[in-house]
Amino acid sequence: MARITFIQAIFEGLIEEMERDPSTFVLGLDVTRGTFGRAAGFFERFGPERILDMPLSEAGFVGAAVGAAMAGTRPICEVQFASFFYCAFDQLCNQAAKLRYMSGGQARLPITFRTRCGAVGGAAAQHSETVYPQLLSVPGLKLAVPSGPADAKGLLKSAIRDDNPVVVFEHLALGGSREEVPEGEHLVALGKAAVKREGRDVTVIAIGAMVPKALAMAQRLASDGISVEVIDPRTLIPLDEQAILASVSKTNRVVIADEAHLHGSAASEIGCMIAEKGFDYLDAPIKRVAAMDAPVPFSPPLEKAVIPGEQAIERAVREVLG
Amino acid sequence: MDIGKELLLEMYRRMQRIRQFETRLKDLTIRSEIPGFIHLSIGEEASAVGVCAALRPTDRITSTHRGHGHPIAKGGELKRMLAEIYGRRTGYCKGKGGSMHIVDYSLGILGANGIVGGGIPIATGSALAARVMKRDDVTACFFGDGAANEGTFHESLNLAGVLKLPVIYVCENNGYQVFTSAASVTAGGSIAARAQAYGMPGFALDGNDVLEVYRYASNAVARARAGEGPTLLECRTYRWEGHVVGENAFGGRPYRSEEEVAAWKARCPIVQFEKRMLESGRVSREELDQLIAQTQAELDAAVEFARSSPLPDPSEAAADIYG
Ligand SMILES: Cc1ncc(C[n+]2csc(CCOP(=O)(O)OP(=O)(O)O)c2C)c(N)n1
Ligand SMILES: [Mg+2]
Repeated sequence: MARITFIQAIFEGLIEEMERDPSTFVLGLDVTRGTFGRAAGFFERFGPERILDMPLSEAGFVGAAVGAAMAGTRPICEVQFASFFYCAFDQLCNQAAKLRYMSGGQARLPITFRTRCGAVGGAAAQHSETVYPQLLSVPGLKLAVPSGPADAKGLLKSAIRDDNPVVVFEHLALGGSREEVPEGEHLVALGKAAVKREGRDVTVIAIGAMVPKALAMAQRLASDGISVEVIDPRTLIPLDEQAILASVSKTNRVVIADEAHLHGSAASEIGCMIAEKGFDYLDAPIKRVAAMDAPVPFSPPLEKAVIPGEQAIERAVREVLG
Repeated sequence: MDIGKELLLEMYRRMQRIRQFETRLKDLTIRSEIPGFIHLSIGEEASAVGVCAALRPTDRITSTHRGHGHPIAKGGELKRMLAEIYGRRTGYCKGKGGSMHIVDYSLGILGANGIVGGGIPIATGSALAARVMKRDDVTACFFGDGAANEGTFHESLNLAGVLKLPVIYVCENNGYQVFTSAASVTAGGSIAARAQAYGMPGFALDGNDVLEVYRYASNAVARARAGEGPTLLECRTYRWEGHVVGENAFGGRPYRSEEEVAAWKARCPIVQFEKRMLESGRVSREELDQLIAQTQAELDAAVEFARSSPLPDPSEAAADIYG
């Protein structure tokens, strides 16, 4: 196992899958050069037939991925920032998500969308959203939100092999994070949560870039004698309800940390699921930690006020512990 | 077309303001004084200034992610722009927008935009408002070669074409959408030629010649004001700097040759304009130098203003979400 970055792990997975399946190809903006990280020799390896720079036409090329999938390929479509999906909402939500169902199961839509999300300091409202909450109520899509390099590789590989449209959200702030990543056949099943840290007193369910924040906080609280369990759902659709409920049944207290805006966040959805299915386990009200319901502002002190950090998770943990 | 000396000097002053503002901004960004993505339009000053010089203060513009030159050309205040880019409370948008989102309603600057192609329907709607309200103001819409491939471009031109809206579409073709050459992603090769499909005149012009841009823009504005509909201008130009400041950090193979960059730098819009004015004998070197010095002083004051302005209070994050 090598200690590599999130971006390197993504490319490792990408290259392995592209070598494995000749029907895969990459389309998106500046994919031959790569904008936020790249792998040496990637373009030379697969050439212009399988790595295609697109014109600035999100609706056009997201839709082209749909059509190409229906005609027998396995497209890997890169949308530079998750916020740009708004330019292609019809093709993603009305077409990619629904056509299998609406064709009575005839259409096969094995598309992987790679996109970057999240606030990273001064990118302002049109480049900083998480966007996955908007897709939570679009049946037909699967949503993966890796929190580190190993999961990024494993989830991406599973996404590419999946016969459904899967959107993989890569938080920009995680791009340089490093960890040991298994070489070769390392698959993380879609719908399988991970216990990132075991604990007894409280469960923190953290999504994407909130996972490292939750882990750092858990580490600190351990010295205060507070034992925090950190669960990373890894995919929001499908959601590993069992793993979440198992943890809550053990700790009886839960905080859900999500960088999305509070209203309609994944935290809200998961919280509601726990309230419905795990109410009897709870010794304290469920607490959500999410972004303020404001567009993500540009100025760093304002962004900091909107985006939840380690402190916000800690406050919530202390609150549910009473 | 005879252009008065006062206007010539004003155009020159605006080009200098853009060039100096962005040159300083580049330096400040490299020194990490500024957060976020900074896109510079150094080398592309003539299209912003040539078009805005043909507009009235009551006319409106929309801009892009590369959105410092257009607001300056429309009369934007350097100090409030810079304060915004620094994320200060005294900035144009109280620190909410940043470099890609300069707005000054009082000057008809409807806004730069973080979404490529996002401003094109907005400019079209702004022109629609003029028609609904029976006013004779016009809207100029700036966008890049890349944006001309977004659906918003095609849908908007069709809309403006059928409704004969008072809008001037100004495509600043600088040859690239980030690292991808415009030539490799623009079917048909000409953006100006797309105008024909939407029933409006389209012209490809030397976007580094401020007087040529001004001439074409003036005609387009007159047409729009007279109710004769939209025009598409494709200004061929070049960005001297990287796509964003610090582009090299994004790495990758080089995407354009040093010779290409040098050839375009040799066609500097400001130097060419200076030369023509001086050769005509209507303007003296001293007059130009005076404008340069004035701009320099104004810019120094703007930097001081931005640096010394307060950051917003965190509580302000919740303000201005709804009216
Ligand atoms: C809808 C959308 N897609 C992608 C981007 C990322 N992006 C920002 S600028 C840019 C290139 C724009 O090219 P062009 O329109 O030619 O303008 P230029 O940068 O050359 O001024 C891209 C791809 C974006 N901001 N919005
Ligand atoms: Mg361009």
